[in-house]
Amino acid sequence: MDPLFLSRVQFALTSAFHYIYPPLSIGLGLFLVIIEGMYLKTGDEGYLKLTKFWAKIFGLTFALGVATGLVQVFGFGSNWANYSRYVGDVFGSALGAEGVFAFFLEAGFLGVVLFGWDRVSKESHYLSTILVCLGAHFSAIWIVVANSWMQTPTGYKIIGEGAQARAVVTNFLEMALNPSSVDRLTHVILGCWITGALLVVSVSAYHILKKKHVDLAKRGLKIGLYGALAVLVLQLYSADVTARGVAKHQPAKLAAMEGVFKTNPEGEGTALTAIGYVDTKAEKVVGWKLPGLLSMLIYRNDKTPVPGLDQVPRDEWPNVQVVFQSYHLMIAAWGLMFVIAAVGAYKLKRKTIEKAPFVLWALILSVFLPHVANFTGWMTAEVGRQPWVVYKLLKTADGVSPNITGGQVAGSITMFVVIYTMLFAVFIFLLNNKIQLGPTDDDASVYRDPYLGKK
Amino acid sequence: MELQIFQIIIYTIACAALFFYLILDGFDLGVGILHLFAKGDKERRIFLNAIGPVWDGNEVWLVIIGGVLFAGFPDVFGTLFSGFYTPVMILLAGLIFRAVSIEVRSKHPSPKWRSIWDIVFAVASILIAAAVGAVLGNLVVGLPVNEDGHFTLSIFRFFGPYQLLLGVTAVALFAMHGAVYLLMKTEDELQEKLKNWVKPAIIAFLALYLVLTVATIAFFPEMVATMNKYKFFYIVPVLGFVALLNVANMVAKERFGRAFISSCIAILFLVAVYVIGTFPVLIRSTISPEYSLTIFNSSSQILTLKYLTLIAAIGVPLVIAYGTYIYRTFRGKVVLTEHSY
Repeated sequence: MDPLFLSRVQFALTSAFHYIYPPLSIGLGLFLVIIEGMYLKTGDEGYLKLTKFWAKIFGLTFALGVATGLVQVFGFGSNWANYSRYVGDVFGSALGAEGVFAFFLEAGFLGVVLFGWDRVSKESHYLSTILVCLGAHFSAIWIVVANSWMQTPTGYKIIGEGAQARAVVTNFLEMALNPSSVDRLTHVILGCWITGALLVVSVSAYHILKKKHVDLAKRGLKIGLYGALAVLVLQLYSADVTARGVAKHQPAKLAAMEGVFKTNPEGEGTALTAIGYVDTKAEKVVGWKLPGLLSMLIYRNDKTPVPGLDQVPRDEWPNVQVVFQSYHLMIAAWGLMFVIAAVGAYKLKRKTIEKAPFVLWALILSVFLPHVANFTGWMTAEVGRQPWVVYKLLKTADGVSPNITGGQVAGSITMFVVIYTMLFAVFIFLLNNKIQLGPTDDDASVYRDPYLGKK
Repeated sequence: MELQIFQIIIYTIACAALFFYLILDGFDLGVGILHLFAKGDKERRIFLNAIGPVWDGNEVWLVIIGGVLFAGFPDVFGTLFSGFYTPVMILLAGLIFRAVSIEVRSKHPSPKWRSIWDIVFAVASILIAAAVGAVLGNLVVGLPVNEDGHFTLSIFRFFGPYQLLLGVTAVALFAMHGAVYLLMKTEDELQEKLKNWVKPAIIAFLALYLVLTVATIAFFPEMVATMNKYKFFYIVPVLGFVALLNVANMVAKERFGRAFISSCIAILFLVAVYVIGTFPVLIRSTISPEYSLTIFNSSSQILTLKYLTLIAAIGVPLVIAYGTYIYRTFRGKVVLTEHSY
């Protein structure tokens, strides 16, 4: 019942559950801007129906994002008080900016988007949709900037000693534009767009399969599928840039990601393990190796060796197996998404999608893949940074609150597991209701007095 | 000297955030507290939709309080949330259930579904209000902050008598505030019903507040030390009392907008009483005064405080500007449409 271990578990669980929702909000936010824009441009009522349908789903994902997001910010203080004390001076202002510039914007104008249809002009409503989308994207910026500072800290100095030591900001821009912020923000936003796109694709494919609202579903599918494909390609480029950034600034993490235990001698490039099993005790990876390819990817030549874990003190190694497998799973998820999206786009272009139930099913089930990629990606980033919570500055073990007990955390974990399971059930139940109803005019969940005829 | 000015500025911003949270989410919570007194699906939907378009934005002020503490007084943020570990978890459960209940309550026609979520909405709102009150109560009572700047607290000590009193007073305050808000948003019989609730709500709150004041003066004289020293400050609770009376006055005259503003002003003076009583202490130590966390010994360094001030200076006017636009878009009586909750 170690409070440190339990706090790690709790943070992992609450973050994983929370992270289902903001990417959906960000991706769907962009999608709403596109389809409501099409409505304003073409005047086609079909796009209006589509907008109202997806706006309701957006409202649901947003509400759950808020509910689970409060847990995240309070969790910094409750379980990680020493970490909060250490970093508050550095990126506390970034998080303050997130609240002031992002949360108010999206939460505020969402009211107009969901409830203001009959109260404001078409143009004002569209502006509100744009502002909600902008707010959602802003909220990604600041939290990724803060997390990136934890990975590649700059723009700070350390004051105090020992247990009283803390980081303080010396330059806001240097802190915000640390070496990994831009790469990681791009990677995260692209991932969010894919997440939203594949939800649209999945629901649209489902409607086409059930031969309901086919015309509207095809419009959604077109935008979602071609969008997903384009962004998946962009994501490949972003992945390359980001990974090379990790190689430069967090060599221990890169070594764990790729399972590189030994640094090869000068002039001998490092192999890439495409798939494998990590044997940390024997300090090797068993798997399918492609000679020289890792050096090629990182340094653009197959001769420069990649620093291995032998360059890192043993007690600063992250959990190599977890990091290696998460990383490879994330890439596998990307690969599968790409194949499914490409095949689906091909069928759509050839206008044969309606007669391809197997492809439609693949598109329906593809909704899970971005979440797999998001989860394993964050596992790679965060577990790969261990044992540090702020890379090379503060160990995770030193960041935990000193005044909490294992019993308290065991209690809160239980609470979260119970509440989040119920929440997820409610989310799926309501999402399914909305999907089954589809983008029609008569909203069956509209006013039906359930007490009619009763006391 | 410059550092102290900025420490006071950030403290003011935090207090302002607390004030905005109390007057805005205060009425959201108030509507929730009163929710089960509304009978029938239509009345309950009207209650939900009175806050529907604005409650989410209102709740953000709670995040702002946390953010200002995290950035401006990180020691206080860490100590508070970890020392209050179990209450924070209870508060989170309340916040989660409140958010979800509003969102899902009307999404299914089954009466059982709606009744259950009605109860969840009410209980969660009461829980949040009580927890907020109890936290403030604990800050008045003081906490066993040790020399490392941390405290641990048993749940029984958290819900001690004074803290419970403040919790119940908070519930009464929000119920009153919520009722006054609803008067602006409702009409016909429902509005008549609410008019009849406001007077007892004010009386209940005043009675509790009186007991609270006596208890505070008797058991926590530090809270009135500044007021006794500078007698000028007596005017603050007096003005607060006047504002409260004016709420009843305006309701009787059917000037509900003014009643609501008076209620906000009353809350402003209540916050002011708390600030006057505690400044500059943020978390008072019951072990030794030198362990207390104050705005002068627990802040970030000046550069961060300057950044925060800049962010607030740009952000807060923006938020108030477009917040006003959003409230004006939804002014007037609640009308149930196909988009409503």
